[in-house]
Amino acid sequence: MLGGSIVVMKFIQIKNCYKVYKNGVTAVADLTLNIDKGEFVFVIGASGSGKSTLIKMLYREEKPTRGVVQLGGINVGKLRNRTVYKLRRKLGIVFQDFKLLPKLTVYENVAFALECIGMKNSEIRPKVLKALEHVGLKDKIRSFPNELSGGEQQRVCIARAIVNDPKLLICDEPTGNLDANTSKEIMEVLDTINKNLGTTIIMATHDLDIVKRMKRRVLVLDSGLLSKDYEKGSFRTSESV
Amino acid sequence: MRKEVLEQVKAFRILKNSIRDSFKSVFRNFSLSIASVLCTTITLILVAIAIVVTVNVNYVTKSMEKELTIVVYANRDVTDEQINNIESSIKKIGVVDNVEFKSKEEWKLEMKQYSETLEVTLDNLDTNPLLDSFVVKVKDVKDLAPTTREIRKIDGVESADYGEGMVEEIISAFNIIKTATIGMVIALIIVTAFLISNTIKLTIFSRRSEIDIMRLVGSSNISIRLPFVFEGFLLGVVGSFIPMIVTVYGYFILYEKLGSSATFSIVELVKPFPFVFYTSIILLVIGALVGMFGSARAVRKYLKI
Repeated sequence: MLGGSIVVMKFIQIKNCYKVYKNGVTAVADLTLNIDKGEFVFVIGASGSGKSTLIKMLYREEKPTRGVVQLGGINVGKLRNRTVYKLRRKLGIVFQDFKLLPKLTVYENVAFALECIGMKNSEIRPKVLKALEHVGLKDKIRSFPNELSGGEQQRVCIARAIVNDPKLLICDEPTGNLDANTSKEIMEVLDTINKNLGTTIIMATHDLDIVKRMKRRVLVLDSGLLSKDYEKGSFRTSESV
Repeated sequence: MRKEVLEQVKAFRILKNSIRDSFKSVFRNFSLSIASVLCTTITLILVAIAIVVTVNVNYVTKSMEKELTIVVYANRDVTDEQINNIESSIKKIGVVDNVEFKSKEEWKLEMKQYSETLEVTLDNLDTNPLLDSFVVKVKDVKDLAPTTREIRKIDGVESADYGEGMVEEIISAFNIIKTATIGMVIALIIVTAFLISNTIKLTIFSRRSEIDIMRLVGSSNISIRLPFVFEGFLLGVVGSFIPMIVTVYGYFILYEKLGSSATFSIVELVKPFPFVFYTSIILLVIGALVGMFGSARAVRKYLKI
């Protein structure tokens, strides 16, 4: 029998993390949580509860004022500005406002992410086509963003986020601009990515219907504090946030 | 080792893509590119004019300065030995560039050629009323006054003059012109840098979402900046073409009309070649550098995390 305990490194470890903005607003306070590889986690809470700050700290758009944000063993807060790109190459990020380049086609928008990191054209093509297949947009590769519906644009954004096979997909209110049916389609795409590719997904959202339907782990933030942490399937329709 | 080679290959690919993207971007953002090019063209034409004025003013003042001399007259009863002593004493003064002796006989011959009256008058005189003289050139116009004072002390010297008062005024006027024109060139280059940089900033402002996406998908700061720097370089180079042509043609015409004309013999312009060649190179370099640094500076703002 082993006497000591075995410390298992979690994929995401956030420990006693604070974020205080220059104007004195405390967005995140004493936040501690762990997320395993392959998990699908929702982050919910009212506006100003710290959801976006938490998300931004994960992709190092914001630095924690105090505490540790560790991602796959990397202390994100300690990263120098000029090396942040190395972290971002391992992540996929999906936004509410899609952030697509209007003058590029669907194919070019997804390929852009790989061109930026200096990948060969011959390697780019199969990866882009595979990513577009995952999101069901293989037949729209020559379309421009303004020729697509909101849901399709978001799927292009997801394809761009997963094209480099990231270990973590960070979604900041990806359904915020979409109607209920389209949101459902987007969630199905994300669910498939999580199940088939094993990608860890963290998604900040306001949409409780989605959260209730998906039956995944739910983190509830309130004034920067982690007020509740519901295990997979334990968040009930009747519960309020 | 293999990893290093792969990184180098990737860096080369990023560089290649940056150059390709900068060309694409010039055409994709055509109206803004035209604005940058026009801005560069106009300001570089002003820089070219300032350079032409400065160089020529300096050239004219330098050649006029060379004409400023000290005229030294020896005493009437001076001997040949004393003349030699005066000449060697003047030459000993460190700042003296050249000493030219002109005997009173040479003066007489020269003056007789001016007019018949002078010829008759001089011939009728028993003795030569003129004096032996030296024309002294100094290395720097600043040394005119002290050198003159020094020469006056030499034994056998009747007088030494350089046009006191007037020369000082001319020199200070030249200095003011020189400083003003050089200041104008520097100021114009700075203005050009700001104008081009601000125009590029506008271009980049309209493309900040592109920069944002590049950052989010993991582009390194340098690979974000490179296409913009190449683009700035390209716009700067294209923008300097017209000023270069204007300089070459404009200066040749100006030289033909002013510089080589007998009517304006006082204005002697710098010869067009190689002057226009160097000025064109300077314009090209200013355009390219200002374009590159302007872009790099403008894009830096959007790279801060």
